[in-house]
Amino acid sequence: MGNINLKKVSKSFGATTIIPEIDLEIEDGEFVVFVGPSGCGKSTLLRLIAGLEDTSGGSISIDGRDVTGEAPAKRRLAMVFQSYALYPHMTVYKNIAFPLKMAGEDAAVIDKKVKDAARVLNLTNYLERRPGQLSGGQRQRVAIGRAIVRQPSAFLFDEPLSNLDAALRGTMRLEISELHHQLKTTMIYVTHDQVEAMTMADKIVVLNAGNIEQVGSPMELYKTPKNLFVAGFIGSPKMNLINGAAAAKHGATTIGVRPEHLGISTTAGEWKATVGVAEHLGSDTFLHVHADDVGPLTVRADGEIGVHHGETVFLTPSPAKIHRFGADGRAM
Amino acid sequence: MARAVSTRRKIGFTVAAWVVAMLIFFPILYTIITSFKSETEAIAGFSLIPSGTLESYAEVQAQSNYFKFFLNSVIIAVGSTILALVVAVPAAWSMAFSPTKRTKDILMWMLSTKMMPAVAVLVPIYLIFRDTHLLDTRIGLTVMLMLINLPIVVWMLYTYFREIPGEILEAARMDGATLWGEIVYVLTPMAVPGIASTMLLNIILAWNEAFWTIRLTTTNAAPLTAFIASFSSPQGLFWAKLSAASTLAIAPILIMGWFSQRQLVRGLTFGAVK
Ligand SMILES: Nc1ncnc2c1ncn2[C@@H]1O[C@H](COP(=O)(O)OP(=O)(O)OP(=O)(O)O)[C@@H](O)[C@H]1O
Ligand SMILES: [Mg+2]
Repeated sequence: MGNINLKKVSKSFGATTIIPEIDLEIEDGEFVVFVGPSGCGKSTLLRLIAGLEDTSGGSISIDGRDVTGEAPAKRRLAMVFQSYALYPHMTVYKNIAFPLKMAGEDAAVIDKKVKDAARVLNLTNYLERRPGQLSGGQRQRVAIGRAIVRQPSAFLFDEPLSNLDAALRGTMRLEISELHHQLKTTMIYVTHDQVEAMTMADKIVVLNAGNIEQVGSPMELYKTPKNLFVAGFIGSPKMNLINGAAAAKHGATTIGVRPEHLGISTTAGEWKATVGVAEHLGSDTFLHVHADDVGPLTVRADGEIGVHHGETVFLTPSPAKIHRFGADGRAM
Repeated sequence: MARAVSTRRKIGFTVAAWVVAMLIFFPILYTIITSFKSETEAIAGFSLIPSGTLESYAEVQAQSNYFKFFLNSVIIAVGSTILALVVAVPAAWSMAFSPTKRTKDILMWMLSTKMMPAVAVLVPIYLIFRDTHLLDTRIGLTVMLMLINLPIVVWMLYTYFREIPGEILEAARMDGATLWGEIVYVLTPMAVPGIASTMLLNIILAWNEAFWTIRLTTTNAAPLTAFIASFSSPQGLFWAKLSAASTLAIAPILIMGWFSQRQLVRGLTFGAVK
């Protein structure tokens, strides 16, 4: 079991308030991702849940039990740190066994659990090595192994993949998702990475300056962002946000059109634009254009289209996919 | 081409390092060589080949009991180091892991006391020692050297402890370790190399300390520094005997240093070598 409930949780460091007040409910077995710009308080929120920081106000309960004042060790949560935080003086085996040893399990049980975890994580051949003798990906697996052996009620991940190269990040992302399907344990995952957030999450929590901007499934956030911040933050490349006359025509202060929702033609369309940089990826083409009267726009076209620097194109937003925002930045 | 250049540079650096090392080591070497000469040889002029006589050693031992001084040196150096660690470990610990706004100031202040010339407090310290009957006692000298080296010990330990990433301690807490478990299984094993090199360096510093050891002792508590001094002042012209005494005094620490080079290098660079 692992539902986690935050009620009016706040956090200040001295005079600076990092998290003004947050209410959040996480269901058992959910994969929740915290995203937001750097410094918005993602790690702080995670550490409050972990018990590594004391709350300044409000309460946190896990499985219906109030744990606000409880030590991290008593919360039955496991955490995977960005730096992995492996014990450098212990072998991989001892690293994974450590939480079990602390829980006072007997040697035979520990041995079985460690070996099972090692098998799942492809670490069997490395059990006698020290963390210093492992690659980044292997270290990450050890950190995950150390987290899973104890069967915690929830896993907390703080940007666990950000130290890995792109290819490995892709593989590990799938492994963690797979692990979630197998274990069905609540996971809270902090990331900067759009792709990780969109692909792994059941529920995304978008944070900005310590406030929750929106909570929802990846598709909800993609299709119906509540405000300009979420609209601009979710999606890659970013949504085009257009002010002025073009927006007024739709009865809004700002309109948002995702790059993939702009139709492109070389003959006719709503906005005339000049192509700046064209990125040809084969599977997609990204065009960075400058539209007359509208400003710079990013366009995404499926497959390869033969448009190059300096050429003129015409763009038409799909009417149903236009997001309208009022003067207060909220969706209309 | 690039290979050739870098090989040549490497050879250049190696040669330079050896030259510097030999220059630094030469006085010690010459002292050892001179200790195996007779007095007439010693004043005869520069020579790297001694006759190999042991007469200086015999005379030194006959004049004063080396082992008594040696024992005092061991007790004072080791004792003051242990005492310093007992005080400094918790101090450095709390400064490294729960720093306050003033931690940096306190550290600077501690270090600043080392910048004061020792002679400036000679009179007050001497009077305190006299009035508390600590003059020429091992306990007095042990406490004195502990205090003298404490700032350095705290600083060194602080830099070592600072290197232990906080996240590892947090990981231990998340893994269910109690404070005790955290200290025994995680902190201590990670801190031991740092504590060991601090200890080694401090033993050497205490062993070589000559200002206070010579001034606060006469016979009972006098360590090897006083032993050397006793040969230098009245008999400054007896080079061979002085060399023999010096060799005897530095030999133990030289041997210890040789066997603990790795830890020492870390200690001397204040933990800067990764
Ligand atoms: N111990 C602390 N004392 C004072 N301020 C802190 C402390 N820890 C974090 N902060 C501040 O709180 C804010 C939020 O930090 P936090 O680490 O939660 O951000 P984040 O969203 O995780 O950022 P990133 O994506 O860069 O990791 C930052 O402005 C940071 O400077
Ligand atoms: Mg962070």
